[in-house]
Amino acid sequence: MILFHVKTLESEMIGLHTVVIGVIGADVHAVGNKIIDHVLREHGFNVVNIGVLSSQEDFINAAIETDAEAVMVSSLYGHGEMDCKHMKENMIEAGLGHVKLYVGGNIVVGKQAFKSVEERFKKMGFDRVYPPGSDIEKAVEDLKKDLG
Amino acid sequence: MRPHLLVDFGSTYTKLTAVDLDDEEIIGTSRAMTTVKTDVLEGFNQAMEKLQNAHPEMGEIEGVSACSSAAGGLKMAAIGLVEELTAEAAKRACLGAGALVEEVYTFRLGKKEIKQLKNKPIDIILLAGGTDGGNSDVIIHNAKKLAEASLDVPIIVAGNKDAADEIDAIFSAATLEYHIVDNVMPKLKKLNVDPAKKIIRKIFIDKIIEAKGIKQAEEKTGQIIMPTPESVLMAAELLSKGHEDEVGFGELMVVDIGGATTDVHTIGEGYPKRTEVILKGLQEPFAKRTVEGDLGMRYSANALVGLVSPYEFQQYYDYEDKDYSEAQIEQSVEKRQENVDYLPESDEEKAFDQALARICADYSMSRHVGTVEVVYTPLGNMYYQTGKDLTDIKYVIGTGGVLINQPNSKEILREVNKKSNKKLELRPSDAEFLIDEHYIMAAMGLLSQKHPRLALKLLKRHLK
Repeated sequence: MILFHVKTLESEMIGLHTVVIGVIGADVHAVGNKIIDHVLREHGFNVVNIGVLSSQEDFINAAIETDAEAVMVSSLYGHGEMDCKHMKENMIEAGLGHVKLYVGGNIVVGKQAFKSVEERFKKMGFDRVYPPGSDIEKAVEDLKKDLG
Repeated sequence: MRPHLLVDFGSTYTKLTAVDLDDEEIIGTSRAMTTVKTDVLEGFNQAMEKLQNAHPEMGEIEGVSACSSAAGGLKMAAIGLVEELTAEAAKRACLGAGALVEEVYTFRLGKKEIKQLKNKPIDIILLAGGTDGGNSDVIIHNAKKLAEASLDVPIIVAGNKDAADEIDAIFSAATLEYHIVDNVMPKLKKLNVDPAKKIIRKIFIDKIIEAKGIKQAEEKTGQIIMPTPESVLMAAELLSKGHEDEVGFGELMVVDIGGATTDVHTIGEGYPKRTEVILKGLQEPFAKRTVEGDLGMRYSANALVGLVSPYEFQQYYDYEDKDYSEAQIEQSVEKRQENVDYLPESDEEKAFDQALARICADYSMSRHVGTVEVVYTPLGNMYYQTGKDLTDIKYVIGTGGVLINQPNSKEILREVNKKSNKKLELRPSDAEFLIDEHYIMAAMGLLSQKHPRLALKLLKRHLK
């Protein structure tokens, strides 16, 4: 308990980066979402977790109100590509063009070569794309790099 | 006998309720037209005279408490960032404090909005925006715009705490009346309306009462302590929760159908009842109030019938198989709107009033309760719930002139029930209906401030 408290204080002192996380679409996979939440907090991020079954609009509204610097979209059920369509455009429309946009999980239907998946998502405006089974620590490193 | 007097300066009537603190019973009630245009005490004195004539045994009044919704009630504007988030949280704070929300603005205020604020009779502005540590640009921009506009309206700031100092500097330089309180939405979707509600009430007591010309009533009644809708909400909360060893009724709802608006109050969490239902949207207040400005029996009768087609109107109207044409409906509505203290005499006119009341009950319920939406996922059907699930609510209490004066008022209240054509709305399904026959809800909310146990007892005894 005391350890946890110290950690919170420490993260407050270094100035928080706010990151919105959630699972997009009709996807109810909650476990990975909780892990990401936990790990990001451990690393001193201010995590705004909007949970499962979240729409693009939910991510965008949350990012506006909390002045988030990054949005991390998870998807496990294979329909991520459809759910993420035009997300970058919608964020630009909402004045969030500067916000980093990450996506990760089983984000496409079936087994596809990750390279082509990554290319597609980057074309859609995502800054970072993570294949299934990625270590969240990798994303943390990237976040620290991207947010400075 | 120790009589305590409870006064409600309403928009149409000034209502008095005398309670005996010794015998723990209601001595009597009376009412007279509210006389805000001349001297509000005229109406009060008339009602008092009536009460004393009917109960000469009453003797000297020991204490008085008063609430008011006279002279248009408490009108507020709510400003937030995103419509569904801080703007909604700000709106809920206003409603919970008993205000009518005239305008809700989102994102950056422009010339158009400032002009509207200048032209509308707004009593208080609530400025929110951003979670704590979240967006501060927009609320600061809006504060600057409000300062430039030099409105003569108190402003409550209840937004991102990081912006508080800068807004403090902006407003103090502009010599505005302002109050900075805790954020209405400190974290995403977490509602924190109590600090804002408290300051709204304080401004209402200190300022608004005077501005509306009701201040002189205070020499007779002592301080007018809150807006009437807030006291109704307090009575509902007391009746639901109970007091010390006197148990309450549990989850309940109050439907108040008035001349200008229909208010719905619910006390209860309204969480999803099943595991496959996922709650979405902003957190709901435990004591929730919604106000429908287009659902009223007189002032807003026109807007009310505009919501339904003549065919639909017929579904609510029940009198000797009579069909109403559009022109006839218009005529009947006009009569009510022009003559707001109109009381129907013929059965046909009474049935028309009932139809209006039914529409009020039905539509206000659609807008108050939560809804479910099916999501087809690879793991089976899941459901989103937005708002409160009120299917299990135990009591629905009806109040307001039309419900109290109707013999079949419970029939009207039944409109709030679950409906086959509104399946996705989480309406009450098996509630018991009670009527506030003696019009004591607001009075008991007032009484609960000093004598909660007695107020609770009287509510339990007199709602039937």
